[in-house]
Amino acid sequence: MKKKSFVSIADLSKETIIRLMKKTEFFEENPNQKLLDGKICATLFFEPSTRTRLSFETAVNRLGGKVIGFSDVATTSSSKGETLKDTIKMVSNYADLIIMRHYLDGAACYASEVTDVPIINAGDGANQHPSQTVLDIYSIYKTQGRLENLTITMVGDLKYGRTVHSLIEGMSHFNPRFYFIAPEELKLPDIYKQWLEEHKIPFEECIEFSEEIINQSDILYMTRVQRERFTDLIEYEKVKNVYILKNSMLEKSKPNLRILHPLPRVNEIDNDVDDNPKAYYFDQARNGVYARQAIICDVLGIN
Amino acid sequence: MSNSKTALQVAALRNGTAIDHIPSEQLFKVVSLLEIEKLTTCVTIGYNLSSEKMGKKGILKIADKFFEEDEINRISLIAPTVNLNIIKDYEIIEKKQIQLPDVLKGIVKCNNPRCITNHEPMKTVFKVIDKQNVTLKCQYCDLKIKKEDIVLL
Ligand SMILES: [Zn+2]
Repeated sequence: MKKKSFVSIADLSKETIIRLMKKTEFFEENPNQKLLDGKICATLFFEPSTRTRLSFETAVNRLGGKVIGFSDVATTSSSKGETLKDTIKMVSNYADLIIMRHYLDGAACYASEVTDVPIINAGDGANQHPSQTVLDIYSIYKTQGRLENLTITMVGDLKYGRTVHSLIEGMSHFNPRFYFIAPEELKLPDIYKQWLEEHKIPFEECIEFSEEIINQSDILYMTRVQRERFTDLIEYEKVKNVYILKNSMLEKSKPNLRILHPLPRVNEIDNDVDDNPKAYYFDQARNGVYARQAIICDVLGIN
Repeated sequence: MSNSKTALQVAALRNGTAIDHIPSEQLFKVVSLLEIEKLTTCVTIGYNLSSEKMGKKGILKIADKFFEEDEINRISLIAPTVNLNIIKDYEIIEKKQIQLPDVLKGIVKCNNPRCITNHEPMKTVFKVIDKQNVTLKCQYCDLKIKKEDIVLL
């Protein structure tokens, strides 16, 4: 069988995304499946990310596989100057699957070139975090019952937020309409706007976070506005409280609207939203385990 | 014709490839991209020759060597306007144009300091996504590089 890896959202066809949705749905209904019996999965976290690692390791455990690996680069030989290639080669001797997170852009792509063991990208620098995108898309699929023809509003840091960029790319197969709401300093970069134009996907940009746009939306995708992203702290102080979602803003929103957030949040979603049935961000995080079970089985060719 | 003048400046070639009008400052870069040092046949390297068109130019005459397209296209980024002549029995039997290839391997540096290619002992790989305007895209970090920002390794 040809080796498969899961490195970038751009590699996923519409068919693959739909297949992953069905598999995720299956695992949500039947989470404990001994499909990885006798298989060893390595989780190599060259950059710590407890949330993502626990989600992947839970997925492996629910599938009956075993986990080896490290969660902190300080304990590995790459801190002694070993190349990524050598570490991947070494681990390839032990594991049937490598799930890796790395602080450098493109690390997972390179790793997939130097080994025959399938690689799952659990985040490479500022570049990609495709399993997050699969769970985001699944959350949309689950709450809307479809992926086609949805209006998706993205709010906050659209410049550096890699989950935003990947979600745009992943949803592009399904005829979406986008609203992008961000302060001037954190607007969606031009290359993504050009890409949307080339793919004839309608979008509008706004500075103001208005109810008018919320009321047209099926999905409200909130992100953190992080202080360290600003060169001008006065600018940060000005915008930090502008992009906060409050329960009162949802009064006239569509009944099917759901609010997503990749978590952790800071203050961009007011606590009074949490009890609104349209708040979906905690359930969204739970979908992460099912989505990762689906991804793991997909790269290993397990049906 | 400048051909006869060129012939006076460096020895004639019986069979092989003559690359003329190489910008002088790129000559040795061209030599290394074409891996001339690995050849065992006769190679004449002309450096800082006078040229009506360019002021100074470089010439390479490589005996018994006929480059594959993707070999020769490696130099397209640094010397896109060279004249490439295929020579048999002292006659030019074919003039070739150099074209930007679809993929550039190990030639261009990635301008993203956080890119894996700047941290591992590996070759960079760029897809040429726009041949007209020369726009490259890093295979690893997806960075797009415009012509004016291209840095050679
Ligand atoms: Zn790069």
